[in-house]
Amino acid sequence: MRTPFKKFLASGNVFIWGCAAGVSVSLLMVFGLLLLIMINGLGYFWTSDIVELTLKDQQHVTGQLAGREVIPRSVTPDRPEGRGRLRVKIGNRDLYGLDFKWVNDDQIVSQTYPADVVLLERREWGNMYGRIKALYKGETLLAAGNEGGWIALAPLISTTNALHQQITRIENIEIGSINAEIESARLKIRAFEMGNPSSPSPSTREGKEERSGPSGLLTTESTERGPIGNLEAQVADAESRYQQKTIELETLRAQFNEHSVVMVDANGREKQIPVGQIIRALRPNEMGLLHKSWTYLTNVWSVLSKEPREANTEGGIFPAIFGTVMMVIIMSLAVVPFGVLAALYLREYAKQGTSVRLVRIAVNNLAGVPSIVFGVFGLGFFIYAIGGTLDQLFFPERLPTPTFGTGGILWASLTLALLTVPVVIVATEEGLAAVPREFREGSLALGATKLETMIKVVIPCALPGILTGLILAMARAAGEVAPLMLTGVVKLAPSLPVDSSWPFFHFDRKFMHLGFHIYDVGFQSPNVEAAKPMVYITTLVLITVVVLLNFTAIILRNHLRKKYAGSVL
Amino acid sequence: MHPSPPSTQQPSQSHTLNSQRLTVMDHHLQSPGNDSNTQAVKLTLNQVNFFYEDRQALFKIDIEIIKNQVTSFIGPSGCGKSTLLRCLNRLNDLVEGARLEGTMLLDGMDIYGPDVDITDLRKRVGMVFQKSNPFPKSIYENVAYGPRLHGIRNRGQLDQIVEEGLKGAGLWDEVKDRLHASALGLSGGQQQRLCIARALAVKPDVLLMDEPCSALDPVATAKIEELLFSLKQDLTVVIVTHNMQQAARVSDWTAFMYLGELVEFGLTKQLFTTPSKKQTDDYITGRFG
Repeated sequence: MRTPFKKFLASGNVFIWGCAAGVSVSLLMVFGLLLLIMINGLGYFWTSDIVELTLKDQQHVTGQLAGREVIPRSVTPDRPEGRGRLRVKIGNRDLYGLDFKWVNDDQIVSQTYPADVVLLERREWGNMYGRIKALYKGETLLAAGNEGGWIALAPLISTTNALHQQITRIENIEIGSINAEIESARLKIRAFEMGNPSSPSPSTREGKEERSGPSGLLTTESTERGPIGNLEAQVADAESRYQQKTIELETLRAQFNEHSVVMVDANGREKQIPVGQIIRALRPNEMGLLHKSWTYLTNVWSVLSKEPREANTEGGIFPAIFGTVMMVIIMSLAVVPFGVLAALYLREYAKQGTSVRLVRIAVNNLAGVPSIVFGVFGLGFFIYAIGGTLDQLFFPERLPTPTFGTGGILWASLTLALLTVPVVIVATEEGLAAVPREFREGSLALGATKLETMIKVVIPCALPGILTGLILAMARAAGEVAPLMLTGVVKLAPSLPVDSSWPFFHFDRKFMHLGFHIYDVGFQSPNVEAAKPMVYITTLVLITVVVLLNFTAIILRNHLRKKYAGSVL
Repeated sequence: MHPSPPSTQQPSQSHTLNSQRLTVMDHHLQSPGNDSNTQAVKLTLNQVNFFYEDRQALFKIDIEIIKNQVTSFIGPSGCGKSTLLRCLNRLNDLVEGARLEGTMLLDGMDIYGPDVDITDLRKRVGMVFQKSNPFPKSIYENVAYGPRLHGIRNRGQLDQIVEEGLKGAGLWDEVKDRLHASALGLSGGQQQRLCIARALAVKPDVLLMDEPCSALDPVATAKIEELLFSLKQDLTVVIVTHNMQQAARVSDWTAFMYLGELVEFGLTKQLFTTPSKKQTDDYITGRFG
């Protein structure tokens, strides 16, 4: 006899509910996480109004509200319910030393939003909140007072921003390329000297200095003395160009710092700031919704496209985005051929037996090895063994400064490729197993060899499976941090791994990475409060980058699926 | 081109001629209006044993397959007819642990000889499978697959081969306007004829067909059967079929196999009207199988 309860159990409804609950909880967690990150991250770009608080002790606090929290009753048992404190971003780090300040509710006498408060976004020391007192050109007064100063300031800022760009270009590109020229000439000289240890190099140098009088004499000398003389002339030439550039820079810098503005904070403290230090001046309380939305978009863009400032807590994260994407691409280029070849051998060529099974188990277990172990392996094998050997063989003139014998984007990518190769092997094997036997036989029956069948029929049909593996590998690699810390990621990379100087791709360079950026900004920063929104933004960008990379691969896979679609009749 | 007719008795083989061989010889003599062309032997199987690991699948098969004729293998499932067919183009080499004894000669050349180029053999002995298996490529690419493998790169030449192949398979008129559409968009019967076209494009001497109509509807089946009559002008066709009516309709010669042994082999007309073995009689009258 079946009781109704047993019938109910047997109907399977409970099971279905359980499954649905499982899915719901997973979705809730994922979306909750995303929502948390988005709320905290996206809010950062919004320029909120500047509040001016007057406190009981007649002090004033000016800044942007950053949050409010209720003081727990255990701390203040005598206070009535609902007492709280405000967190205000007061900026002016050069005046106060801190970016944020807690203000208890009961300290506040009045709270106003004066329209004339100015927000200065600066290259150093964070934001400045206050009013303009005067504007100087050198020692001469240009404008006085808040209104006059505000009107005169705007055009100056756009001029200095243009100057700043020019200075950066000269510093990074022009002087950078001259430096690279000097460096390569110096290395050639060194290499030549190492190649001919008998040639008394110090004496030739001395000789050159003695005789380098008229330039005509120098050229004849250099032709006589062969390559070293030529190179030394090259160095001298580059150095003179370098001197010219530094003079050019000096004049630009003088222009850059010509104007200065005197700001006064709510309590009357003054601070003189060179206009060159100011990126942007805003009056948030005067701005309408449209203006604020526009500012929001420019903020988003500057985070995505600019370089970091102030120990990564401000500015953009472009180098980290670039590093992450480039690393994932190099990793993909390395992992796919290896994984596919390994899977082809295991599935198509190796004799299926105990040893192949053991290899397969080993490969699957490789995916479970802690990633830091891969990092240590990458450091020992790629960097010290391979990189060290490469340096000995190809860059001996640079030693003891390592070229490939130190962390770099290539080694980091290869380490991650090693980490993700099991995923690709497993997915490719599944893809190969799914190719119908009829296709292989059809091809073989037409007189194709096994290799031809592989290349022309089997691999194209297995491509969607291979791409699935790649998608999983990319997602894993983009989020990995621990192995990178040992193999080439840095807090702040002086230059991108791709630039305009020969050979354009610099695989030996260290790079920045979004995952490491999160760790560094969030946990290694001296200014944790200021860095917090940056952590959320970086996380959001990292997730977006992974999603975009995956989408590209998924679109490619769907395209291939369509191409090789359809089961055979 | 053709080497001298093979000696049917290899030194390694037993010299006793069994009844099947005698039957074949009899029919040769009896078949009416036979000219020298129909007489020529294309494939000779001599005392063929075949094993999967330890299991023997074929027992002492002796058959002579005549050039430009259709020969069908019939028999119940698992009787070894497909295995026998796949021995003819050495597709069974792919199976691990497969082993063959005896000799198989194609125009006097030992198919399993040590210096045989296996891709060359498969080029000469084409095959059409039970499940139509066009590659997931365009119709054109499917037909051009074989010629490309064998080194034909010239576009005009390929176009011509593709057209000839599709015409040979009776598919040209249906697909000539969409040669570059996916082959997987064709109907089942069209796909099977595409596979025939693909096999024809490498210009084989022999075409092996492994139950080519088992997944097709009667109309598509009729088309393929019709095709067989035109194909045998140029090639020798060996067809495995489940369907006795089909064997009776399309083939000139029929071999009845049971449990890995060749029970009876003879002219189709004779085998279906006056079988000499009781097992054959039982099978074709539907008493078992």
